[in-house]
Amino acid sequence: MKHRINIRALASKLFTHFVLIIATLVIGLPFVWMLSTSIKGPTEVAMFPPVWWPKVVRFDNFVTAWNTAPFGRFYVNSIVTAAAGVILGVVTAAFAAYAFARIRYKHRNFFFLVMLAAMMIPGQVALIPNYVILAKLNWINTYQGIVVPHVANVFGAFLLRQYFLTIPDDLYDAAQIDGLGHTRTLFHVALPLSRPVLGTLLLYLFIQKWNAYLWPLIVTNKQNMRTLPVGLAMIRSAEYSIGPEHLMAASIFVLMPVLIAYFLAQKQLIEGIAAGAVKG
Amino acid sequence: MAVAATPLHKQMSKRARRDMWTFFAFTGPTFILLAVFIFWPIFYSFYLSLFKWNMVSPRKTFLGLQNYKDMFSDDVFRLVVKNTLIMAFFTVVVKMAISLYLATQLNKKIRGSNFYRAIIFSPTFTANVAIAMVWAWIFEPTYGLMRSFLRPLGLPMIDWLKSTSHSLPAVIIVLIWSGIGYDMVLFLAALKNVPLEIYEAAIVDGASPFHVFWKITFPLISPTTFFLTITGFINVLKAFDIARIMTEGGPLNSSNVYVHYLYQNAFQWFRAGYASALALVLFLFIMIITLIQNRLSKSWVHY
Repeated sequence: MKHRINIRALASKLFTHFVLIIATLVIGLPFVWMLSTSIKGPTEVAMFPPVWWPKVVRFDNFVTAWNTAPFGRFYVNSIVTAAAGVILGVVTAAFAAYAFARIRYKHRNFFFLVMLAAMMIPGQVALIPNYVILAKLNWINTYQGIVVPHVANVFGAFLLRQYFLTIPDDLYDAAQIDGLGHTRTLFHVALPLSRPVLGTLLLYLFIQKWNAYLWPLIVTNKQNMRTLPVGLAMIRSAEYSIGPEHLMAASIFVLMPVLIAYFLAQKQLIEGIAAGAVKG
Repeated sequence: MAVAATPLHKQMSKRARRDMWTFFAFTGPTFILLAVFIFWPIFYSFYLSLFKWNMVSPRKTFLGLQNYKDMFSDDVFRLVVKNTLIMAFFTVVVKMAISLYLATQLNKKIRGSNFYRAIIFSPTFTANVAIAMVWAWIFEPTYGLMRSFLRPLGLPMIDWLKSTSHSLPAVIIVLIWSGIGYDMVLFLAALKNVPLEIYEAAIVDGASPFHVFWKITFPLISPTTFFLTITGFINVLKAFDIARIMTEGGPLNSSNVYVHYLYQNAFQWFRAGYASALALVLFLFIMIITLIQNRLSKSWVHY
């Protein structure tokens, strides 16, 4: 009897692994295919059935891809806009979160609801008005044009407020007794104690801004102001004629930083997403 | 008493006033940005939707509600709405069914579960542009990976992205592929919150695993199911990137979806008035769904 149960448990375990391996392959193979295509020569790209590992590894595809468009410039644009967006976003969110968690004001709840209401409004609805505003400011084709409309970040403010509320009152009181004002309490007490959630938020915002496509596409029309995703999409269109191996190599330029960040911090990111979404 | 109360009251109000100003200083940046880039655009969109305007010229021609009337007689608009709803329905249903099943498997105590989870979740953080790029290559009719998977099944060679019948399914497949991980992780978090004693009690009572799942687990995770259904649906309504890069809405608008059509109207054909009307209708539709969600989720939650 016991023996039979063990066999059944083993069979069920094997089945679970089987299902999960299939799922992992389905999700993982497009990435492997991207990598494998990016190191093939032109004849191996045009082979059916496809080869998974080329006879000669062609790293020069990356050089060719890099030179089809100013990818160095795209990198700079992406790094500058993502970094500026994240820093401004987290600082404004932290101030708002602190005010909603710690500063007493009669109509605080009303303003909190107003802020949450903004979360329900899809950014896609604001595309045309925002474009018109930026055109009036002469901010088309500028870094501030890419960054500023998406600095306000309600999700971050909400997340940080929830965290600030869990910090014991004693610590805030002690800061007050030491003569710290609200600003210094925020930077010397609340934020340092929120390091775990802050780390997840920073990374999450960075990835979101790094991957953004629609807004940078609309607000830039000069090649030297394009971010990586926009630049990558452009080299596929008719202006350039390059092979799939170069397109895949260029895609890897865009993915690499995020994939590295993801695999270094995947546990924190996944659990942060799960916790944030369930609570929020 | 009354004599002592007056200065105290004054002192409090002075402090309250200082707190109020600090409150406004701290929340000010967020609210100014939200006002300019989120709230004001709603009203401005409505204003623009009453005009014919090419986004550049200083002259706007007043049309009244003509742009809204035009939507009803616009065949492409009707097709785009149909495509968007089909895409939303199939993406959400298939994605959630698969991800719930994977979450139940991942919830068992097995080796390597972190590895499986990390890989399956990875498309969540991958740039849509790169995803669309590799999938366009997978769907390539002659040398693409999809052909080598479908050929053994005896299926004919299909040019997915250039076929009016297959372009939308291709986009849906990519949306499902990239969205499974997120739903799975949220389902997994919900499953971990179901207390083990409930399962043990049910198994002692002789319930089959299938029965336990549908009668106990599924009702207990229903808030997550509901949340993922609604947010998933709204997210597909807002989808742009994949369709833009894989098919540009084509061929013959067979894979054109709402936000992509809005983008074309505004930024390719410079019909800012009509595009603003489209934006406002999308806003109202999403608003209604969100309000229904808020109303229902109060009566839905099982604890």
